[in-house]
Amino acid sequence: MTYQPSIRQQERIAYRRGRAVRSVLLAAASTAVVGVGLAVGITGAPGWERVKESFFDLDTARKYLPQILEGLWLNLKLLVVCATLALALGLLVAVLRTLRGPVFFPVRALATGYTYSFRGLPLIIVLYLFAFGIPGLRLKGTPDVLVLGAAAIIVTYGAYLAEVFRAGIESVHPSQIAAARSLGLSYRQAMRHVVLPQAVRRVAPPLLNDTVALQKDVGLISLAGPIDAIRAAQIGVAQDADFTPYIVAGVLFVLLALPLIAVTDWVTLRAARRQNAGT
Amino acid sequence: MVSRFTPVALGGAALLLAALTACAPADEDETTATPSAAPTATCDPASLKTLTAGKLTVGTDTPAYEPWFADNKPDNGKGFESAVAYQVAQRLGYQQSDVVWAQVGFNNAIAPGPKAFDIDVNQFSITDERKKAVDFSSPYYLVRQTVITTKGSKIAGAKTLADLKDAKLGAQVGTTSYQAITDVIKPAGQPQVFNNNDDAKKALENGTVDGIVVDLPTAFYMTGAELENGVIVGQLAQVGVPEQFGIVLDKGSPLTGCVSKAVDQLRQDGTLAVLEKTWLADTAGAPELQ
Repeated sequence: MTYQPSIRQQERIAYRRGRAVRSVLLAAASTAVVGVGLAVGITGAPGWERVKESFFDLDTARKYLPQILEGLWLNLKLLVVCATLALALGLLVAVLRTLRGPVFFPVRALATGYTYSFRGLPLIIVLYLFAFGIPGLRLKGTPDVLVLGAAAIIVTYGAYLAEVFRAGIESVHPSQIAAARSLGLSYRQAMRHVVLPQAVRRVAPPLLNDTVALQKDVGLISLAGPIDAIRAAQIGVAQDADFTPYIVAGVLFVLLALPLIAVTDWVTLRAARRQNAGT
Repeated sequence: MVSRFTPVALGGAALLLAALTACAPADEDETTATPSAAPTATCDPASLKTLTAGKLTVGTDTPAYEPWFADNKPDNGKGFESAVAYQVAQRLGYQQSDVVWAQVGFNNAIAPGPKAFDIDVNQFSITDERKKAVDFSSPYYLVRQTVITTKGSKIAGAKTLADLKDAKLGAQVGTTSYQAITDVIKPAGQPQVFNNNDDAKKALENGTVDGIVVDLPTAFYMTGAELENGVIVGQLAQVGVPEQFGIVLDKGSPLTGCVSKAVDQLRQDGTLAVLEKTWLADTAGAPELQ
């Protein structure tokens, strides 16, 4: 005995299908109108020919692609190192800021002062101080400017991430800690096994969001001398008086960001589903 | 359920389309300007089409560096390029008070689109690639690229290009100085690139680079007045055509012919030579690196 939808149910299904087809057609039509409008508006502009020459020139793109890719490799390496260390630093500072008890006041004060000042300081200034100031001290064993620049980025982003982590820790209900302590877990164990897993899970989307932002900001290290993707593009732009390399670098950056953004969306969706389960 | 907004959205899109097509041909006179004015063209403030009628807007970057400008005040007439700009303006018939200075970034001056200046004086070397994007006047200065360093650096005693192969060299981004590193010296390591000569100089003082490449007058100024223990390592050979500074104008600017004529006159009657003597250090005495 196979299931046979009733006549009414079949009508419902047909009606819904018709609606769906109609929405798709309408969406296609409206997209076509907007697309044609933009295309006509841009390519019909009096300066379009010159813009096309100086922003979308295939030969120039091909000429500078290798250098830009080489720069992008530096961006990638920096991103991995800076993201890892900034996340670790942020978590550490957040935990220090949430320590209880009067004896830890100086630690809390230091952590608070750090997050306040480094969230307020523009990254470029921190970079200048690290990459041009520290070598000026002429200390033995001063690391490479690349290391110093990376340190500046880690310290700045660590402050942002610390606040994200702290928001997560404070969003875990106090009854959780109380329950964990009453079961005989120490404060450290309660943090480690009960609070932090929930906290990190809750703030995963903003953490990943900051990582996407970090991906674009690691390129600022180029003001200290190393050549990243945008700097390589800038050199190309200056040598050929043609802005195509910027477009090439921009496209590469978008391609680089896509996987990270997709992961962020997926994590957010999963968390939403989990939290709304059963509703 | 028919969305109430569908007709509105479609109408809006149609309106947008209409608006775009209507505004596409902006008010632009379709006369393609000839790159160089005819020799019979009159060059005087009354007939020159400048940004502001009767005024000549001159662009340069900030900070404006010595010895090209003095005290970061391009309008004081001091420094080689400031003096050249005022001389050119005078040849075209502008009073000193008719010259207006505009701040234009080095890399913005060669960007496409409307320009915020009539002429731009900013140590721009004339290159074929740049000529595709902007107009250049006749050259007003013949330039050589020079390597400078500080005493005690490992390249302070370099005599040949081979001695610079393993050095870490730096230059300002987007300059022919940077190209001189990559095309002439061809060091083993990647050159370091800086936003401006101040950053490059700081890196040299810090020892994060072994040497930096700048043009010869800047090299003399930096080693003489700005750097402690600065030394000139030597000039780099010219590659291909001699490198020359030119005044930058918008592509197809109606002023190019007149400005070029003014610069040519200044060279022929010896004014440029006098200005070089006045503002640029005697640039003899920097050895050439082979």
